[in-house]
Amino acid sequence: MLAVKDLSFKYKEMPVLEDIDLEIRKGEVIGILGPNGCGKTTLLKLLNRNLHPQEGKVLLEGTDLEGMSKRRIARHIAVVPQSNEIRFAFTVRDIVSMGRMPFLDRFQGESAEDMRIVDEAMERTNIKEFADRAINTMSGGERQRVIIARALAQRPEVILLDEPTLHLDINHQFEVLDLVHELSRKEGLTVVIVSHDLPMVVKYCDRMVLIHDHRVHAVGPPEEVLTRENMRTVFNIEAVLTYDDMLGSNCVKILGSCSGRR
Amino acid sequence: MDGAAKRKGRTPAIFAALFLLLFVFMVLDLTQAYVLTFGEAFWALLGKGTETHRFIVWEMNLPRVIMACLVGAGLGIAGAVMQAVFRNPMASPYILGLSSGASLGAAVGLTFTVAWLPQMLMIPLLAFVSCMATLFLVYYISNIGGRVPTETLLLAGIAVGSLLSALVSLLTYLAGEQMQGIVYWTMGNLTNATWENILIVAPLIFAGSLIMVSSSRDLNAMMLGDAHALDLGVEVKRVRLQLLVASALVTAAAVAFVGVIGFVGLVVPHILRILMGPDNRLLLPASLLGGAAFLMICDYISRVIAPNSIGILPIGIVTALIGAPYFIYLLRRRRTEVGWD
Repeated sequence: MLAVKDLSFKYKEMPVLEDIDLEIRKGEVIGILGPNGCGKTTLLKLLNRNLHPQEGKVLLEGTDLEGMSKRRIARHIAVVPQSNEIRFAFTVRDIVSMGRMPFLDRFQGESAEDMRIVDEAMERTNIKEFADRAINTMSGGERQRVIIARALAQRPEVILLDEPTLHLDINHQFEVLDLVHELSRKEGLTVVIVSHDLPMVVKYCDRMVLIHDHRVHAVGPPEEVLTRENMRTVFNIEAVLTYDDMLGSNCVKILGSCSGRR
Repeated sequence: MDGAAKRKGRTPAIFAALFLLLFVFMVLDLTQAYVLTFGEAFWALLGKGTETHRFIVWEMNLPRVIMACLVGAGLGIAGAVMQAVFRNPMASPYILGLSSGASLGAAVGLTFTVAWLPQMLMIPLLAFVSCMATLFLVYYISNIGGRVPTETLLLAGIAVGSLLSALVSLLTYLAGEQMQGIVYWTMGNLTNATWENILIVAPLIFAGSLIMVSSSRDLNAMMLGDAHALDLGVEVKRVRLQLLVASALVTAAAVAFVGVIGFVGLVVPHILRILMGPDNRLLLPASLLGGAAFLMICDYISRVIAPNSIGILPIGIVTALIGAPYFIYLLRRRRTEVGWD
């Protein structure tokens, strides 16, 4: 679906990412993980051409993103950014409708079909009851769901989530990740989650990418990537990955920090 | 359902009210505050009545009224666009120094004449060139490593604007016998509007407004933040540049013949945003109408309150007398209701 080839990115001569090679497969949920400041958010922005790599390229189904307009990219890739503070009194419906922008010409109004897609996106994220509320009166968690609805209204093939659980109460964290996971299983949506919240995200990922020292440290299914060794190197924690029968999924047990003190 | 949806529902009523205001004050202004009766003005408009009446209506009142509509509409929409582009309710052609830039160009055109270009074309051309140069200077000063933070931009605009105003004052001072004319012009005044001026101003304001209205959906996305707009497929840098050039064009056209008329671009979009919410697809057309109506009202007031010996006050004084206190009131009392924080 998305392929990253020999990609390097520098910010003012400072290397942020080096020699990244990555293949994101259609319909999978893939987690990009690493400690804060490791360059994972930068990688996400490169996947959407919000930043341009100095070396290497990103291919969307074989086409180099650099050769595509932002509008064309937005018809395939939707983003749920980390910061979602909005200071203006747009209604929730206004914001979700913006998801249809990449498909509309300048003076073209939303069609009945567009409105139906917008309604459906709001139903899926349980925000229909808020449709007429002003976005700047809502909590961070509610806003997050509005932005996710907007991303779904783009009818994307790929959805990029940047720290999706950061602003959310714990119940909504599960809700959001359950939703994208379900979309991936039922409709073949490709989901890329960037997060530092290892225990939260591990439950949902088919594969994981660990970023360490500007490079891809490990890629693969969680049981191959989250070895004690890797978690020690990348996150500086003593932790084990187990299969939890009660959850029916993977689960990270953190035993403590590597520095020895408890 | 809360305020946001209620505001949206009010939209048709607001447009109707703006049309009505515009029409009523247009009629009042056309009859030059009762110098003519409605009947006399009406017949003169149709080419009947006495020659004096026809002259008053066709050569004095009508050009002034049309110029007021054009300038008001242009400043109204330019203000709305700049507030949205910079995500700042304080942004307006005046704050970013564009008005001062345009007025310097126009003042140079008023003071010095060249043989190869009629002054009528020279003034708006210099106003536009100077306005664009100001815009790029302000943009260049505030650009830090490819990013343009709003705060720096506004401060750069204020600084450059002050410098340019000082240059206009210097020019005024040095202009000698022409000074009287320029002083009157710097106060903003519609009385010298002619059909020839209108023929130059109208297409510029029309073209600029068309660019702005056609980008209103992109502008909505940009109000959420550049990153949001990029994610939704908006080529943010290109659209922003287009909108700024359009704003400079419209501001230059508005300033060229009637001088700096302040507060229209600040107050009109502000009030309309309170009334109808932030959606630019509605706000931009409403600002066109509202700006025109606001200047029409101010033009009427400028004649009603002026002592008989003077006749008409420069309209810039009236807009400032109404606009500035209103804006201070807004800042103090209704910060939470203006659709921003």
